[in-house]
Amino acid sequence: MSLSVNQDVDVKGLVDKVLEAYPEKSRKRRAKHLNVLEAEAKDCGVKSNIKSIPGVMTIRGCAYAGSKGVVWGPIKDMIHISHGPVGCGYYSWSGRRNYYIGDTGVDSFGTMHFTSDFQEKDIVFGGDKKLHKVIEEINDLFPLARGLSIQSECPIGLIGDDIEAVARAKSAEIGKPIVPVRCEGFRGVSQSLGHHIANDTIRDWIFEKTEPVAGFESTPYDVTIIGDYNIGGDAWSSRILLEEIGLRVIAQWSGDGTLAELENTPKAKVNLIHCYRSMNYIARHMEEKFGIPWMEYNFFGPSQIAESLRKIAALFDDTIKENAEKVIARYQPLVDAVIAKYKPRLEGKKVMIYVGGLRPRHVADAYHDLGMEIIGTGYEFAHNDDYQRTTHYMKEGTLIYDDVTGFELEEFVKGLRPDLVASGIKEKYVFQKMGLPFRQMHSWDYSGPYHGYDGFAIFARDMDMAINNPVWGMTKAPF
Amino acid sequence: MSDIAVSQSADKVLDHFTLFRQPEYQALFERKKQEFEFGHPDEKVAEVSEWTKSAEYREKNFAREAVTINPTKACQPIGAMFAAQGFEGTLPFVHGSQGCVAYYRTHLTRHFKEPNSAVSSSMTEDAAVFGGLNNMIDGLANAYTLYKPKMIAVLTTCMAEVIGDDLGGFIVNAKNKESVPQDFPVPFAHTPAFVGSHITGYDNMMKGILSHFWDKAEQFDVPKTESINIIPGFDGYAVGNNRELKRIAQMFGIDVTILSDVSDNFDTPGDGEYRMYDGGTTLEATAAAKHAKATVTMQEYCTTQTLQFCKEKGQDVTKLNYPLGVGATDELLMKLAELSGKPVPDALRLERGRLVDAIADSHTYFHGKRFAVYGDPDFCLGMTRFLLELGAEPVHILSTSGSKKWEKQVKKVLEGSPFGKDGNAYGGKDLWHLRSLLFTEPVDYLIGNSYGKYLERDTKIPLIRLTYPIFDRHHHHRYPTWGYQGALNVMVRILDRIFEDLDAKTSVVGVTDISFDLVR
Repeated sequence: MSLSVNQDVDVKGLVDKVLEAYPEKSRKRRAKHLNVLEAEAKDCGVKSNIKSIPGVMTIRGCAYAGSKGVVWGPIKDMIHISHGPVGCGYYSWSGRRNYYIGDTGVDSFGTMHFTSDFQEKDIVFGGDKKLHKVIEEINDLFPLARGLSIQSECPIGLIGDDIEAVARAKSAEIGKPIVPVRCEGFRGVSQSLGHHIANDTIRDWIFEKTEPVAGFESTPYDVTIIGDYNIGGDAWSSRILLEEIGLRVIAQWSGDGTLAELENTPKAKVNLIHCYRSMNYIARHMEEKFGIPWMEYNFFGPSQIAESLRKIAALFDDTIKENAEKVIARYQPLVDAVIAKYKPRLEGKKVMIYVGGLRPRHVADAYHDLGMEIIGTGYEFAHNDDYQRTTHYMKEGTLIYDDVTGFELEEFVKGLRPDLVASGIKEKYVFQKMGLPFRQMHSWDYSGPYHGYDGFAIFARDMDMAINNPVWGMTKAPF
Repeated sequence: MSDIAVSQSADKVLDHFTLFRQPEYQALFERKKQEFEFGHPDEKVAEVSEWTKSAEYREKNFAREAVTINPTKACQPIGAMFAAQGFEGTLPFVHGSQGCVAYYRTHLTRHFKEPNSAVSSSMTEDAAVFGGLNNMIDGLANAYTLYKPKMIAVLTTCMAEVIGDDLGGFIVNAKNKESVPQDFPVPFAHTPAFVGSHITGYDNMMKGILSHFWDKAEQFDVPKTESINIIPGFDGYAVGNNRELKRIAQMFGIDVTILSDVSDNFDTPGDGEYRMYDGGTTLEATAAAKHAKATVTMQEYCTTQTLQFCKEKGQDVTKLNYPLGVGATDELLMKLAELSGKPVPDALRLERGRLVDAIADSHTYFHGKRFAVYGDPDFCLGMTRFLLELGAEPVHILSTSGSKKWEKQVKKVLEGSPFGKDGNAYGGKDLWHLRSLLFTEPVDYLIGNSYGKYLERDTKIPLIRLTYPIFDRHHHHRYPTWGYQGALNVMVRILDRIFEDLDAKTSVVGVTDISFDLVR
């Protein structure tokens, strides 16, 4: 593989042409979010985590999506109340396939939608009284729920409700943690602030207010998985590797997670972070408060998995280090077989990625392992530290787009003609109509897991399935 | 360290459907549960699980006043967006927080398996304090320049409603700032999420768009034409249904304007070209629709205010309730005949006969079968009526958007047939209520949308997906449910499920397969 991409295309010219379509004020603002990666660059040369421009069709979501949809929603034995009007909870109901095991409606609640369903009178007179009643009714009907969270929708912060007071009062009354989350959708510029707010509420309302579960015994090999939402079972196909090298995963944040796991997390020896963007906050807090080190890892594709396993093992004793080598060796035949089967079908294929806050860089080497090239990448809600971490994975000439607009992505794809677009559901059908293979890379297009060695085989199969499907040869009628 | 062999293989790749059933994962789940989850004892979970199925639980569940659990309704803006997207070249512009738009687009896309275009004014905290005027001014300019729509339909999220942004004033302001040309159509509707539901939003946007075109001074005193307007309402089967309506109109030879026709916009071809806009009611036809002699709404509850507005414009108005089946289609056709003065075409008479013939062929399999139906108010009414025609027994009819008036309407339909004697209407109730109903008063089949799959899992009552949203089955929305053809489609869908269920229940060799019949 070469060290650069897009060498036969005037990518800068393409960016300029796309920018020309904007009114002047917006053109200047958007220009800062687009760049072509230079060799040896320290970051991607784009501005990020800035307000989206009105009217351009941003692909971003909101703080509520970041808190309820991402961080809190998957904690399976708590009930997460979408507090406000009915819609937010309705649209995010079962949308992310955060797999979990449990008896839904009895001891687990992940695929349910609880809402205070605000009416006009709640807006006018305030919703605290209703919230009291909502909590009472939930406690009555779902006695096995371990706790509740209150996920604020836009009106809550605008009408001056005091959900913290309600949470305190009701928590004392029912004897369970109730976490008020100020994740109103208008806060911040994307999902990202919602992640941060959610992290902070775990700090303030779980760590500060609850005790680790009695009967939990620590070992020197205790780690956590932080920032894995178990989409399609990702956390499980990661956990299995950590267990196989001799570690104990005492908590999953937050896919298939429980309140007990959150509470016991401060007992970990090290916090292992997959999605840095959504959960670095709590890891930094635990480092500061409890002295727990944290480490980022990457379980996409065999190169990164092996590197990560070795890095993780290096934090422990020789047995763990030896185990890591054994595990890597044990999976090598699978890796070899997957690459032997799929690389010839995928080699040299060009990919454009546009997803959330981790995958635009984390999946890159999984594609590289299959001989594919990333020619463009960008994030919905990354910060500068994400773009710094991105250069390592990308080649010179890669087109970088932050908070891309519908128009830009369409034009960039037309200009660069990748063999695969890897983005979200809102983008999927746009590109399939254009005759381009597409994979949803938030939801794994209803497949998965993609993490770990087991996941890599699925990832490879799915990319092949998309790119080499006969349908793409039929888009043009022969008459 | 585990010595269990790796189950994954390149030859036969195991994904989540089978991977997690392998022994290494089953052991992992058990370890996680035993050592780290600190869950309730299995016996306790089983006990509570049984309790949730009891009459006692049902009573508690029905005593709820505050919490809504698994509702059958969304909020206003998605309905408004849907209505707007049925007009030619129209880009919905959602004024307020941006996350909402991502949700609406996602929801509609997951159902129709089509792109869905809409923009947000991306209001954040500063706009919450100072109002979103600047967002509107910049936003309209950007949307107009980038996406070249023929019309921008503005609606609101609850954020903009709570802070009280005035759309009409803002749009005038934006036009004065040259965001869009003065004569560029920018109809609008306030669509607060805390009032009504998606069907209310549909109504508000429809009225907003019609007011925009119909309240212009130059249009007064024009004589009525022979044309008839049909408003389909919020409908997951719109692609199939609107085309069916057009086919029927063509057979009649009458001039029909479908007000908001998403059938092409939500069903664009895979021919290498992405069409951001396709088809839809032309703006010209929308303006001319004011002078139509009549407006027929296919869904009363999606068009309460709109229909009143049409009436005020001197039109003859007719309310239907998602006409499904023989009688409801008869009424639709007779209404069209009456309004147009043209007889129902012979070809449709034939279709009717074929449908009745099909029902006669299959009626034995509906007899005595108890159904629960949930969804939007009009869908529930239409479905209930058709089930009664088939000789089936609708038992629980539930709609979170249903009002007291709706309950009465459903009861009236039920009372019209001996097969409706066990039926009850539940307005304002949700799918967690329905769960209690299904456990305490079981039915044979459940008719609704994809969200009902959790009820199917819990109660083992087979689900038939016949209304929005359908995320986990593909392409049914391309087939009509309206008209005699549509009724046939619906009946076949229900029948297939009944037959599959019969086969599944008679498939144990030597035990139940006595009735595993080749001919049914």
